[in-house]
Amino acid sequence: MSNLITLNNGVASISENEWTVVKLPASQVEERKQAGKVVLFRLTGEKTVSAEQIANTEIPSTGKVIVPLSVFIARKAELQDRMTSNEIGVWVDTHEILEDLVASVSDLNSLPIIAVHVERFADGRIFSLGTLLRSRYGFKNELRAIGDVLRDQLYFFKRSGFTSYLIRADRSATEALASLNDFTNPYQGAVDEPRPVFKRYNRIA
Amino acid sequence: MYKYDEIDQTLVDERVAQYRDQTRRYLAGELSEDEFRPLRLQNGLYIQRQAPMLRIAVPYGMLSSKQLHKLGDIASKYDKGYGHFSTRQNLQLNWPKLEDVPEILAELATVEMHAIQTSGNCIRNITTDQFAGVAPDEMVDPRAMAEIMRQWSTFHPEFALLPRKFKIAVSGTRDDRAVVQMHDIGMEFYKDSANKLAIKVWVGGGLGRTPILGTVIEEHLEWQHALTYCEAIIRVYNLHGRRDNSYKARIKILVKALGIEEFKRQVEAEWSHLKDAPNTIPEGELERVSKYFEAMPYETLPTHDAGFDAAIASNPAFAAWVKRSVHAHKIAGYRAVTLSLKPHGTAPGDASSEQMHVVADLADQYSFGELRVSHEQNLILADIKLSDLFAVWEKARANGLATPNIGLLTDIICCPGGDFCSLANAKSIPIATAIQMQFDNLDYLHDIGDIELNISGCMNACGHHHVGHIGILGVDKDGSEWYQVSIGGSQGNDASLGSVIGPSFSAEEMPSVVQKLIDVYIQERTPEERFIDTVRRLGVAPFKAHVYADKSTAKAGVAA
Ligand code: HEM
Ligand code: SF4
Repeated sequence: MSNLITLNNGVASISENEWTVVKLPASQVEERKQAGKVVLFRLTGEKTVSAEQIANTEIPSTGKVIVPLSVFIARKAELQDRMTSNEIGVWVDTHEILEDLVASVSDLNSLPIIAVHVERFADGRIFSLGTLLRSRYGFKNELRAIGDVLRDQLYFFKRSGFTSYLIRADRSATEALASLNDFTNPYQGAVDEPRPVFKRYNRIA
Repeated sequence: MYKYDEIDQTLVDERVAQYRDQTRRYLAGELSEDEFRPLRLQNGLYIQRQAPMLRIAVPYGMLSSKQLHKLGDIASKYDKGYGHFSTRQNLQLNWPKLEDVPEILAELATVEMHAIQTSGNCIRNITTDQFAGVAPDEMVDPRAMAEIMRQWSTFHPEFALLPRKFKIAVSGTRDDRAVVQMHDIGMEFYKDSANKLAIKVWVGGGLGRTPILGTVIEEHLEWQHALTYCEAIIRVYNLHGRRDNSYKARIKILVKALGIEEFKRQVEAEWSHLKDAPNTIPEGELERVSKYFEAMPYETLPTHDAGFDAAIASNPAFAAWVKRSVHAHKIAGYRAVTLSLKPHGTAPGDASSEQMHVVADLADQYSFGELRVSHEQNLILADIKLSDLFAVWEKARANGLATPNIGLLTDIICCPGGDFCSLANAKSIPIATAIQMQFDNLDYLHDIGDIELNISGCMNACGHHHVGHIGILGVDKDGSEWYQVSIGGSQGNDASLGSVIGPSFSAEEMPSVVQKLIDVYIQERTPEERFIDTVRRLGVAPFKAHVYADKSTAKAGVAA
């Protein structure tokens, strides 16, 4: 049974997963932590991707694949044809820089899907990334949450502009569905409903 | 005060259902300990030494008598018959059962209350001045804006899982009582030269392990942009704040690391996209919410009341209480009253169920059915007629709520410490009670005058020790409990952080250490000076010299 939830015009359902997420191979060299540069605080152990890893990443030769941002940037030439046939998506990690993604394509909407990978449930950067992709960079196609994706994030994912959610393999997507509707009437404007409550209703004191 | 409409009520009811299901899944083993933790924390539930601890939100410190009655009932039904009012104007229950929490939340929802975002790494309860709306020095009543911000921050999807907790305080007075400089964001509301509502925005304040006072990021923000500007600040923080080390994860560390100039540049870059977005507050919304905070139906009263004057003249105990516990009011013939939750010898901030019912009754009878919680952990009746003060005092006194020590040495701010908190290095409540017993003489306390003594059981600083005129911090030395003392801290407009006087002390030494600090002050003070003024004039040296004069004490101490 598929563990993918997709949202189509506000209706959520369990769907077949057509996309394969391409992972980076484990690094051979001892990685150093990226401390120092204050502008880019990184999670401990968030590794820099090496040229070797990028070169060694195995991209399946057929089918729809979501490739890591670093691989996409470095090896775009070899993916060009498949991009035209809508077979290539990109995933970013929560510590990666969206501007790098935006700069790597002439039109973000030429990508049929973007995924954001969240390593730990508690990493809320993913909500800002979703919000920015939708509201700042105008991405209109499928936006997917992958990684440590559990039902109690779903409501926030939906509000931050994500339209599909790959529930962690050991959990039931069917049960998770219910949490998309935990609240009927949010207070603040966000991606899915930009108007805050005071612009949707005439609330009378 | 604010009343829920259907939209507010539905949201809180849905929250109860959501949390009930989360608890069910946890108890059924469908959620691991680690997965349940962030969920219960978002809902104010800590697991502590004794039992879970539940923190109930009291938005900007306002309570109705009906709500306080309910809290009293909950404390006796689900806890040991008392609750603890915290320095963040919330109420904590120390002994609820995890399985009972959904039921407690359901009961709270019936009186328009909840525990949403009272802990966890999200935007917390917004705090303000306990005298909002009645203070004579108020320029702007910040409560309507606080309510608008409460709604906006509730389940804000982008900021549901921040690097660390996020606290916002608002104030609207010349004399800051909301400690805006000590918060992640502080908003000082004022009327600008065009008589328009504006905000001075502070960012990056906080106590804890690395105490830092906030910095002004914007001198003049037009009020309608309050939400979008906060979104810009919090977005920069959410994306770039550290997540690898929880001690370095507060926004203050990011602001320090980037420097305020660079931080501000990034915030403004974000805000250029967010300004005038739909979350901009329309005039009509501020008007709507402000209606809930309109002036009470005050009577026209003379400035003096003969009965009150006579009682002051004839009853020294009443006069002493009035001197400390009764505060000016902007309406003639009215006063605000602080009910002390600091009787000598009990845990500061604790109130029994019976006391809660008594205070609720007093509010109904004398103060339009409302009250407030102060960050000094006392309760406030904001609208008492001069002619009613004596009756209020008698009833409060009969119930242990009228210790005339407000603002005095025994009005101690104190965290739960080692008795309740698993992070503690040392106990804090027994230190507070020992000091209260040492100074259990009201005349002497009044002679010492205005002073703030704050105690935290560890460097997380829940008891605000850095900004106490005297601050006491529990430290751990080879597994035993020691106390480090600092002096010269203060909150308010001239906020400052205290300086440590030297090696730390054992628990038994603490009352006499405080005694010695007071002795130096009494000896050195000029007639006008408060303790803090003397410390500022003379510096730490003479205090240190006297405290450590007796070398046998110093030997027992350890370098902290
Ligand atoms: C017993 C359970 C408690 C635990 C486990 C706890 C934990 C903590 C921790 C870890 C911090 C430091 C956070 C940081 O700097 O990042 C903190 C700060 C704080 N806590 Fe608590 N706390 C508890 C109870 C309380 C109570 C009862 C109060 C109010 C009386 C309180 C008020 C505060 C305040 C005001 C701060 C400082 C905020 C700042 O740094 O700006 N806490 N707490
Ligand atoms: S200051 Fe430390 S000991 Fe006191 S409540 Fe906070 S975390 Fe616990």
